[in-house]
Parts: sequence; C-alpha cells; structure tokens
Amino acid sequence: MKKILFVEDEVALQKAFGTILKDKGYDVVSALDGETGLKLAKEEKPNLILLDLILPKIHGFEVLKKLKEEKETQEIPVIVLTNLEDMENVGKALELGAMAYLIKAQYGLEEVLEKIKKALGEI
Amino acid sequence: MIYGIINLMIFKTTLQDLNISAQCKKYNLSLWQCPHFFFVLMGIVMAGVISAVYGIGLHFLNDPQVIALVVLFLTAALFIITFVITKSFEKTAEANRLKSEFVSIVTHQLRSPLTSLSWAIEALISGEFGEVDKKQLEYLKILKENNSRMGELIKDLITVTKVEDGSQFKNKEKVSLEKITKDLIFRFQPFSQASGIDLKIKADEKLPEVLTVINQIKIVIESLIDNAIRYAKPKEGKKGLIEITIVKKEKNIQFKIGDNGVGIPKEDQKYIFQKFFRSQNVKEMQPYGSGLGLFITKSIITRLGGKIGFKSEEGKGTTFWFILPIK
Repeated sequence: MKKILFVEDEVALQKAFGTILKDKGYDVVSALDGETGLKLAKEEKPNLILLDLILPKIHGFEVLKKLKEEKETQEIPVIVLTNLEDMENVGKALELGAMAYLIKAQYGLEEVLEKIKKALGEI
Repeated sequence: MIYGIINLMIFKTTLQDLNISAQCKKYNLSLWQCPHFFFVLMGIVMAGVISAVYGIGLHFLNDPQVIALVVLFLTAALFIITFVITKSFEKTAEANRLKSEFVSIVTHQLRSPLTSLSWAIEALISGEFGEVDKKQLEYLKILKENNSRMGELIKDLITVTKVEDGSQFKNKEKVSLEKITKDLIFRFQPFSQASGIDLKIKADEKLPEVLTVINQIKIVIESLIDNAIRYAKPKEGKKGLIEITIVKKEKNIQFKIGDNGVGIPKEDQKYIFQKFFRSQNVKEMQPYGSGLGLFITKSIITRLGGKIGFKSEEGKGTTFWFILPIK
C-alpha cells in the first residue's frame, strides 16, 4: 500500500480528502503544520507528499526547501496543493523541487486524484 | 546602553522613512501619489515661498525684526499644514493597504473550506461512499452549484484586491493580442457551440505587439468573451453571433467585441462598470453572477494605461471596446 503524507492545516480538508484517499486504497499520514510535516516525512518515508503552503509553525516553502536539502527526504516527490495562485509562487515552488503545483480551487477531485496517480507512477 | 539602542532604532526608523522609494513601494503607489514624496515636494515649495516672502519683505518692510517674524510665522503655518495633509494621505494609504490585505487573507482562508466541501460533494456524487438516490443527487447538485458560485465570487474578490493594490502590474512584456484572443476563442469554443453562438475574429495584418501584462490582459479578454457568449441570444432559429476585431489605431491597438444579444438598458448604462452592478435584463437571463467582471475589466485597462467603453441598444446587442498603447 502506497503511503501519502498530507500536510494541510485546514482540518475539514484533511478529513474530507484524507478519507477519499484512504478509500482509494492509500495509507494516509496527516500533518496539520509544517513542523510535524517535516518530522513525519523523515519518520514515515512516504511515497508522496501533498503540501499546502500557508502552514502554521513552518511555511510550506521552508518545508519544501528542507525536504529537498535532506538526503533522506530529497527523493520523495512533492505536490504543492494550495490556493495561492500567483505565478511567483508557482515558479518558486517548482524551483525548490516541487513536482507539481496545483491550485485547489481550480482543480476538481478527479483531476487531483489523477495527478497523484501520475506522481506515484500508477498511470 | 539602552539609550544607545533606542537612539539607533530611532535613527534606523528615520532612515527608513527617508527612503521615499521604499515607502511608496510599501503602499504600492506611484511616486507622485506617495505621501512621502508629497512631503518632500511641499518642503521645496515651502523653501520657495519663504524666500519669496523674505524678498518681498525686504522690499516693502524696513524693520528686519518684522520680516523675520513674518517669515517665521509663515514657515510654521506652512509646516503644520503640510504635516497634517501628509499624515492624512499616509493614513488613507495605510488604511487602503490594510483593507486589501484583509480581503486577501479572508478570501484565501475562505477558499480552503470551500475546496473541502467541493471535493467531498464530488466524492458523494460519484457514489464513492455508497449509492445515491435521485432526490439525494438532486440536492447534492444544488450544493455543488452553490459551492461553485461561492468559489467564483471569491475568485473575483481576489482579482479585485490584486488589481486595486497594483501588485500584479509590474512585469510588462510584448504580447500579441491576436494570439491571446485566438487561444481564448479556442478555449471558449465548446461553451459558444453549446450556446448556439458563432465566434469570429478579424485582425489587421502585421498587427504590432503590445507592451502589457499578459495575465491581466487575458483576464480582460476572457471576461469580455465570456459575457458576450452569455448574453448573445440566438434569434428565430438563427445562431447568435460574436465578432471580434483587433486593429491598429495610431499609437494604440483597439480591441472590439460585438454581439447581437440582449443589450444593456439605457438607464443601466451609466452604472455598467460599477462594482457589484448587474442590469435587470441580465439578472433575468442569468440569475447568478458577482457583478464584478466589468469593474475588474475597467480597472485593469485603466491600470494598463488604456481606455474602455461600449455601445449598446437593448434587444439589439452590445459592442465593448478597449484601446491599449502599443508601448
């Protein structure tokens, strides 16, 4: 079973999307802030990280930077899942090593699930 | 030691205040609209006025003490007036900046719960969590539609905030309006076909590129095409028609989009670019809409140094146009 780390501070979204992912057969590990996200990335070694940007304690960009700097986490693909839609943020995330940048409000559930499958090499 | 640190902090703050360019940037204002620049300008004016009064005083008054008193009094009065005006300018600019920041944070925060709602509804509709009967499906679709309306409104509010704070207008590049329009027409094709509308474009040969902000001009053209499709009305079995023309006019490029739709009632025309305004006949056709589209469109075109207008006759159609400077 593939493991997904979902770093998102919005509890409702954590629950709703986490449930959907579990239902799709993934093992879901959740973090509500950047610090826990980083810690769980090292401990749990997920196959994919879904990362929000506006996060308590450590900002998503900082989390992404640290993930890509550390040897044990740098190979884990990261999809940024946020509502910040400025091109500057998109460029920065991709530059820091994010695999994809998805604006939550612009993507439907099916599209996001498809991106996840692609990132995990399932399609 | 503590006094030293405080003095250093005051010195640092004063230095920051003196950096006019940084202060203007903070409020996203151009130099001539900036309170700090105004203060410096008033300083120069004050120096001029004081010298002039001194000169006149020397000519008409014999007592140097009276001259000194007049100049002193005038200096103090001008200084107080300048200070009060600058401070009120600064307060307005700061309030405006805080308002934009507040709207931006609120709208971003609203988006996340809406996303979870939207995805959960989608999952329920798809039958992921069990079979959904006809009545439940009907209600879920109502929820989905309302959720998406709320999302659209938030998107528009975010755009308004960005346009008003001016932060998105810094990187200008040369763009072909014709290419952008053709790409958007291609994207709108399924919508226009489903609405029974022909979408045509005519552009001057060798149309020069325009120095503008690509994302912003895309918002404008997208909004104008979207509106035209929504309100162009196919009549008596005939297809609706939208014609776009792009031509060069002296040092500008003119973009025109005309439809043979419902038109705008005369009494509503003067309000059409106002925030949240929607004309009565449009509300009957499309009950939902934020009423921000044309406000955003006009704000963007104005920020880009262009002009926008329209001609409309109720029941016959509307033509919107805008011009943008080539350089």
